[in-house]
Amino acid sequence: MTATALRTAPAPRATAPRTRRRALPTPSGATRVVILLVAAALTLGPVVWTISTSLRSPAESFTLPPQFIPTDPDFSPYAQVFQQVNMGLLTLNSALVTGVIAVGQMLTAALAGYAFARLEFRGRGLWFALVLATMMVPVQVTIVPIFMLIRGIGLSDTLLALILPAIPTAFGTFLMRQYFLGLPLELGEAASIDGAGVWRTFSSIYAPLALPGMAIVGILAFNFHWNEFFRPLIFSISEQNYTLPLGLVSLQGNLGTGSISVVLAGVVLSMIPALVVFVVGQRPLRAGLTAGVSK
Amino acid sequence: MTTAALPTARDAATTTPPTTHGTAQGPAWKRRLVVTLFLAPTIIGIGVFTLLPIIASIGLAFFRWDIITNPEFAGLDNFADVAVDPTVRRSFLNTIAFVVVAVTLQIAVSLGLAVLVAQRMPSWLRTFFRSVFFFPLILSAASVSIVMRYLFNEDFGVVNWFLSLVGLPGVAWLTSGWSAAVVVLVYVWQQFGFTFLLFVGGLAAIPNDVYEASAIDGATGWRQFRTITLPLVSPTMLVACVMSVISALQIFDQPWVLTRGGPGDSTRTAVMVIYESAFRQLEFGRASAVGVVLMALIMGVTALQFRLSRRFVFYQ
Repeated sequence: MTATALRTAPAPRATAPRTRRRALPTPSGATRVVILLVAAALTLGPVVWTISTSLRSPAESFTLPPQFIPTDPDFSPYAQVFQQVNMGLLTLNSALVTGVIAVGQMLTAALAGYAFARLEFRGRGLWFALVLATMMVPVQVTIVPIFMLIRGIGLSDTLLALILPAIPTAFGTFLMRQYFLGLPLELGEAASIDGAGVWRTFSSIYAPLALPGMAIVGILAFNFHWNEFFRPLIFSISEQNYTLPLGLVSLQGNLGTGSISVVLAGVVLSMIPALVVFVVGQRPLRAGLTAGVSK
Repeated sequence: MTTAALPTARDAATTTPPTTHGTAQGPAWKRRLVVTLFLAPTIIGIGVFTLLPIIASIGLAFFRWDIITNPEFAGLDNFADVAVDPTVRRSFLNTIAFVVVAVTLQIAVSLGLAVLVAQRMPSWLRTFFRSVFFFPLILSAASVSIVMRYLFNEDFGVVNWFLSLVGLPGVAWLTSGWSAAVVVLVYVWQQFGFTFLLFVGGLAAIPNDVYEASAIDGATGWRQFRTITLPLVSPTMLVACVMSVISALQIFDQPWVLTRGGPGDSTRTAVMVIYESAFRQLEFGRASAVGVVLMALIMGVTALQFRLSRRFVFYQ
């Protein structure tokens, strides 16, 4: 579609009142809502089935027709997950890895983002461009050297192997720089006149104001690393270092087709923290995902 | 989620001029030290865990190395494998085919739904749809794939049960030629919410007057979509395409859990070959070469999209 196509439409009237909701060209009324409802059902269906099936006794877990609304719920699959895998340890590992990465990213990104936004130093543009350039490089490309590095410094098969490389964040740095750029300059100038140094200005004026931005970085990091599968698959060798996604996949492998409901109970349990973040942090999460997308 | 938003060169260029804070006090060395401390964790971290590994990967790609014996110079052999070795070659062809099909489907579904949601409806209903379509993004691809393995099971899967309701025979989804289609569906199911979100934002930015004016001129329905919505949403389309292509090129979790690359090599992807070459067959040189080719592919396709966008993207 080219720009010329638009010329067929007359120039918009600048004085026209703007209504919030327009009539876009599409099927009207009921058809539209029906299409959307079908799409919503297809999106939620697997989730509802998962929850419902996790509440069936292991022996009855795969009956057809499928059950979407749990009648007569049986919680024994939830007890069985804990017997078959070390659910507590998996959760603890995931929480530890994800938590440390999230906090680490928030702190380092805030520091670097502030420096790129508000401090003057030689080569600032160049350093920032370098950081941005690494955003496009997928982790899979660098995984072999990182694996060797981790081995070299003796961190093989530890949780630190997952945590350490994930803390420096190019995207988080970018996000925090934009955030600091949006905060008023006058506050820092006032502090400067009052005799505050660089650190003082940052720590007592700008960092507290940037907490919402840091929250976005943290929530994004949580969502990504809580669900991460590729790096744990490589770095977590012994089962005591497994994280939740890894543990669930191996649980499924061990059980074969025996008891779907037990595996699904594990899936549901692993979803709960993500769900909490979804409910609490949907808005910041959305903001973070679409940040940096220019219109 | 493997998506990271892409800042554009424009963002970097439109920065406010450097404005120093709190640098009036203290000697120069002290100020420099403070700047260094602010930047050190990120710059050193990215240097050690991204920049150096990229260089090392490129270097390693020219060697045969199993970590145990000494590395042996292999010239371009590892790269030749990408073109010649049936498994590696197939994995790249699969990945490219996957990107084309999955991204097209993802863009079509999410744009279609975004257009539907953008219209007149109660705000609670709009919020409901937005939340529902966004929801799969917060789940882990591994968990989703576990669930989908059951749903697409040949014997007791819900999908085949639905087919039987309308009198269709069951399909061996995960062990036949259909497995690639399942991988695409599962991937798109989880990812379309992201591009949906982008399009909802893009559509909201289109001024209403344009539609009103064209309606006065008698343009309706499809014609309005083609001559107004598409050109005006094209900048969002570019971003959506670039980001979903980058993320689709890295697909691993879904095919790994669903099919382990099978049957045969039919769902093996480039990243799966990186994983298997390095950590199963201990061929670190080959894994690096595949990684380098994948990186080149990502950069090449992204550059190409930005080039093409000059012809197809319309800025208001």
